[in-house]
Amino acid sequence: MTAMLMAIFKRDLALAIRQRAELLQPMMFFVLVISLFPLGVGPGPETLQKIGPGVIWVAAILSSLLGMERLFRDDFQDGTLEQLMLSGAPMPLVCVVKVLVHWLVSIFPLILLSPLLGVFLNLNLAMYWALLATLLVGTPLLSLVGAVAVGLTVGLQKGGVLLALLLLPVFVPLLIFATAAVDAASLQLPYTAHLGLIGAMLLLAFALAPVAIAYALKVSQS
Amino acid sequence: MWKWLHPYAKSESTYKLCQTLLPWFSLSAGITLTIGIIWGLMFAPADYQQGDSFRIIYIHVPSAITSMSAYAAMALAAVIGLVWQIRTAYMAMIAIAPVGAMMTFIALFTGAAWGKPMWGTWWVWDARLTSELVLLFLYLGVISLYKSFDDKIQAGKAAGVMSIVGVINLPIIHYSVEWWNTLHQGATISKFSKPSIAPEMFWPLMLNLLAAVLLIGAITLKRLQNELLRREIHRPWAVKTLLKEGKG
Repeated sequence: MTAMLMAIFKRDLALAIRQRAELLQPMMFFVLVISLFPLGVGPGPETLQKIGPGVIWVAAILSSLLGMERLFRDDFQDGTLEQLMLSGAPMPLVCVVKVLVHWLVSIFPLILLSPLLGVFLNLNLAMYWALLATLLVGTPLLSLVGAVAVGLTVGLQKGGVLLALLLLPVFVPLLIFATAAVDAASLQLPYTAHLGLIGAMLLLAFALAPVAIAYALKVSQS
Repeated sequence: MWKWLHPYAKSESTYKLCQTLLPWFSLSAGITLTIGIIWGLMFAPADYQQGDSFRIIYIHVPSAITSMSAYAAMALAAVIGLVWQIRTAYMAMIAIAPVGAMMTFIALFTGAAWGKPMWGTWWVWDARLTSELVLLFLYLGVISLYKSFDDKIQAGKAAGVMSIVGVINLPIIHYSVEWWNTLHQGATISKFSKPSIAPEMFWPLMLNLLAAVLLIGAITLKRLQNELLRREIHRPWAVKTLLKEGKG
């Protein structure tokens, strides 16, 4: 079974890397949205520092939503997903692998870009480390919970906006804890509690989401 | 233990159950609502601080409380549908959803109308207001997911999953928002913490709360009946029922 999961992992990774253009778009969107904010609210370093964490997180959520649509889309359309279900493979585990690959190829690059954005928005070093930590713990949560909604909407043609409508309210706590952590860091306060809460949500999602994703895909397939 | 639930998987028996319950619900909702509103708006004493404008509490608080209970009820129906594979449970779920959304909207609207004279502003990013707003979005998400599917059985299952995701999230959202607010500002909420309410105000409030619950029940039952008829329009029982009610 491990061999099969590894095979799926490799296949998905290869497929994703061969569609590089599609992967780059959410990243460009991420950078563009963030660079609009200094233009919109003015380039004052203090303002930027104040809104920075929130802006980066909101942009991360939005651009992860953009990329999320392709999580199951191709496999759904060409029937691979159906074959996987018929093969008797444990779907929750398959879903975890797929979400992991998706996180690696379309969200991890956003994290790699974050130093640049930290400079754009004038974050100091303490804030940047906090931002990095929240992104590392928080974005897998985005992918896991998001995948449930993607699974539900994969059969619909007009899934894009609906996906945002379904997911944005669900991401409210993550946004709050993540930006609170960076704010705490900006005041030289400890932020491990916020990080711990995001971690707790991640563990909860890790326990429940795979089953829900598998069920959602089953519903979509019927 | 759950065998009593099984007959209601059959849409006809669910329809009949609704038919039996509906008059009771609508009658008692009508009575409690009339008495509650008149008592609250005319006879209950005015608040010594807020004057007459506090009377909006008799609509605001019941709708706010029931908006959350309706979400819980919706998620419960979804769980019943998922676990016992009962189709009518999904219909009940989608029958509750717009009613709950409406209650949430009423709570937000009356809250804004109350906030204007009391706080001098229509909206503050207070914890309770924010979580109520997110609740409205969750309702709208479930409803629009349901509407996006043409196959209504699939739609029910999908919306069911989403409402369960929402119900797991609601406590997290509630506490995160509360915490966020206390982190950032704090002072505005203290206006919200009510002094223990006087009995002359308490009883009309309770009556209105009861009225709101009964009203939601009545509207949901009616909506469920309509949904059952719409979905089963090709079945003999539905045709018979429609013909009979058309005559009566």
